[in-house]
Amino acid sequence: MKHLLEINNLDVKFDTDEGRITAIENVSLSLDQGKVLGIVGESGSGKSVTAKSIMQLNPGNTIYNDNAEIIIDEENVLKYHSKNDLKKIRGGKVSMIFQEPMASFAPAIKIGHQMVEQLLLHKSLNKKEAKSISIDMLNRVGIADAEKRFNQYAFELSGGMRQRAMIAMALSTMPKLLLADEPTTALDVTIQAQVINLIKDIIKEYNMGVIFITHDLGVIAQVADDVAVMYLGSIVEKGPVNEILKNPKHPYTKGLLNALPDINNLDAPLRPIPGNIPSPLDRPSGCVFRTRCPNPTHECKEGHIEMGLLEVSPGHWVDQCCINCG
Amino acid sequence: MKKNILSINNLSVSFDYQENFLSKKQKIKAVNNINLNIKKGSFFGLVGESGSGKTTLGRAILGANKISSGNVIYHDDRKDYNLADITKKEMKEYRKKAQLIFQDPYAALSPRMTVRDIIAEPLEVMGITSSRDETDQRVRDIASKCRLNLEHLRRFPHAFSGGQRQRISIARALVSQPNFIVADESVAALDVSIQADILNLLKQLQDQLDLTYLFISHDLSVVAHVCDIVAVMYLGHIVEMAPSRELFSNPRHSYTKALLSSIPSIDPEKKSRAIELQGEIPSAMNPPSGCVFRTRCPNPCNSCKEGSVEMGLIEVSPGHWVDQCCVNCN
Ligand SMILES: Nc1ncnc2c1ncn2[C@@H]1O[C@H](COP(=O)(O)OP(=O)(O)OP(=O)(O)O)[C@@H](O)[C@H]1O
Ligand SMILES: Nc1ncnc2c1ncn2[C@@H]1O[C@H](COP(=O)(O)OP(=O)(O)OP(=O)(O)O)[C@@H](O)[C@H]1O
Ligand code: SF4
Ligand code: SF4
Ligand SMILES: [Mg+2]
Ligand SMILES: [Mg+2]
Repeated sequence: MKHLLEINNLDVKFDTDEGRITAIENVSLSLDQGKVLGIVGESGSGKSVTAKSIMQLNPGNTIYNDNAEIIIDEENVLKYHSKNDLKKIRGGKVSMIFQEPMASFAPAIKIGHQMVEQLLLHKSLNKKEAKSISIDMLNRVGIADAEKRFNQYAFELSGGMRQRAMIAMALSTMPKLLLADEPTTALDVTIQAQVINLIKDIIKEYNMGVIFITHDLGVIAQVADDVAVMYLGSIVEKGPVNEILKNPKHPYTKGLLNALPDINNLDAPLRPIPGNIPSPLDRPSGCVFRTRCPNPTHECKEGHIEMGLLEVSPGHWVDQCCINCG
Repeated sequence: MKKNILSINNLSVSFDYQENFLSKKQKIKAVNNINLNIKKGSFFGLVGESGSGKTTLGRAILGANKISSGNVIYHDDRKDYNLADITKKEMKEYRKKAQLIFQDPYAALSPRMTVRDIIAEPLEVMGITSSRDETDQRVRDIASKCRLNLEHLRRFPHAFSGGQRQRISIARALVSQPNFIVADESVAALDVSIQADILNLLKQLQDQLDLTYLFISHDLSVVAHVCDIVAVMYLGHIVEMAPSRELFSNPRHSYTKALLSSIPSIDPEKKSRAIELQGEIPSAMNPPSGCVFRTRCPNPCNSCKEGSVEMGLIEVSPGHWVDQCCVNCN
């Protein structure tokens, strides 16, 4: 079977006043229909940039490498440039739930109007049908009085309502691929559970594939089939969710799990991973994690090793050096 | 016994809703008759349903939302500030004492200003310092307390990761030496490691700088770890309030119980034991009569169902307050 999405050897760089920033280096991943791939990782590790690359939404100062591929339905979307081609992905085959819901609704246009416009652009519907689908979706994400909320502006909604309206808008076009960037972060846990169930139902109903970006490992455990762990623009470990959470191999993954506050032991101190993330302007050579790794080998410290994932058990991939030293 | 730094009495905040020019104006009661005291030096947690009024309450405390009725009184060492009836001059003083740490470390920092200028801005806007040297001194001082590298002060924010940006936001909020901080979802955007780091920093600064926090968050594990007292909101009301350990080990209100049961487990094989809430989420435009939670409560008693109970907190054990009906029915 063909994958729904395949990313091969993606590098993303940004040109800035201070120099060229490497946001993503050599990322490869794939996703099948009906599956959820979770992406976790340090703030600034390139999760959002990865998702935005799929939609071709990175700004003008972005540089992609020539041999990178992002394949959806056997077409490399990195080769898309015309408006019509881009329309096929943005809001068509692919929908994105953005990390900043405030930024995704225009401030002076009512949210309902924006939902309807988006549906009209991508589906052959009349206004009345589009409105009824939109209101139905707002209801399904748990927004009370959906008809009235339909007529409000984004600033009039609470943070969590905005996020749910965003989810409703993204799902209403029934995309093949949903990119969900921190979709439940602004929600309380009861509504979070409800939204997760809704997304799971819709995956089944429409056989959709989902990339689910979140730093909440509990949410990952409950929704994802597979997980990729990112650090400073690279995937350092990936595999089936159960395997990664219960049998992590990379020191960064272990550090993340160790930093999780345990609700059953309130006396335990909070344990951040020591040290600071290097600026993307000075990425360490060799293993990107070596400046903070608790037990790097001599080779790691010298920065000579080459990064690259190796399969340690079926489907479980870990950065190569770590298998020998971790 | 510590003194109150903030007392909130019968506070309500409403917004107008109007479908179009012709239709009648309706009210959204975002905060509905809240009573609350916050002790000096506490790490006060505020959790609850999305849309229940947490941000609105935080903004009312900071003087950023208009108070519809009731009052919020901030007790300074020398005088009281009544936010429901505050003069422009007092408001200027008050802004130095109470500050907000923004949620979004990406949106909050202007990309065109250096880190130094971002942190210095409140000092300049409020006219706190009188010379550039003094400003620089204050900025360097707070930056090092927030563990920012002084080298970084000359850089622009895009060179920083989310965690570092959040530290910049914190430095900016603290530079005017406030005593009271509203942190609204301030660590929500951060990964767990940086989150732990920032929380440790907030704790440490609390001791160093004698701060009181109102910490609004959906992350219950975080709240359990850092807050010493927690209030739970549902549809404009506080339905339960208790010292943190007590609340997490012995929740009494049906909504609190449902909330705590819904924390997702980190074990993928563990099926969720969440108490699923049935029914539509009611709207703040048209809240249920009686107990606001009754339309979704898993076990309402008969008088709850009729909507005739009256809401109001009663103390069930020292410092543990619960909405009264719930004490009798459960
Ligand atoms: N337009 C841009 N110009 C320059 N640098 C950028 C741009 N967009 C992103 N970056 C940088 O690329 C890196 C990756 O950013 P990205 O937003 O993907 O992180 P993230 O993993 O989503 O983090 P978070 O968890 O904080 O959302 C960061 O160092 C960021 O500063
Ligand atoms: N400026 C405004 N105009 C109209 N209604 C508003 C405004 N600000 C807030 N509201 C309404 O007030 C209610 C409470 O919103 P608030 O933002 O305080 O909730 P919250 O508890 O912070 O929720 P969340 O957890 O989702 O951030 C909501 O019904 C919201 O729509
Ligand atoms: S052991 Fe070496 S390769 Fe593995 S994380 Fe540490 S420094 Fe990197
Ligand atoms: S007061 Fe009654 S209806 Fe309300 S939460 Fe308690 S038991 Fe349920
Ligand atoms: Mg992001
Ligand atoms: Mg809020």
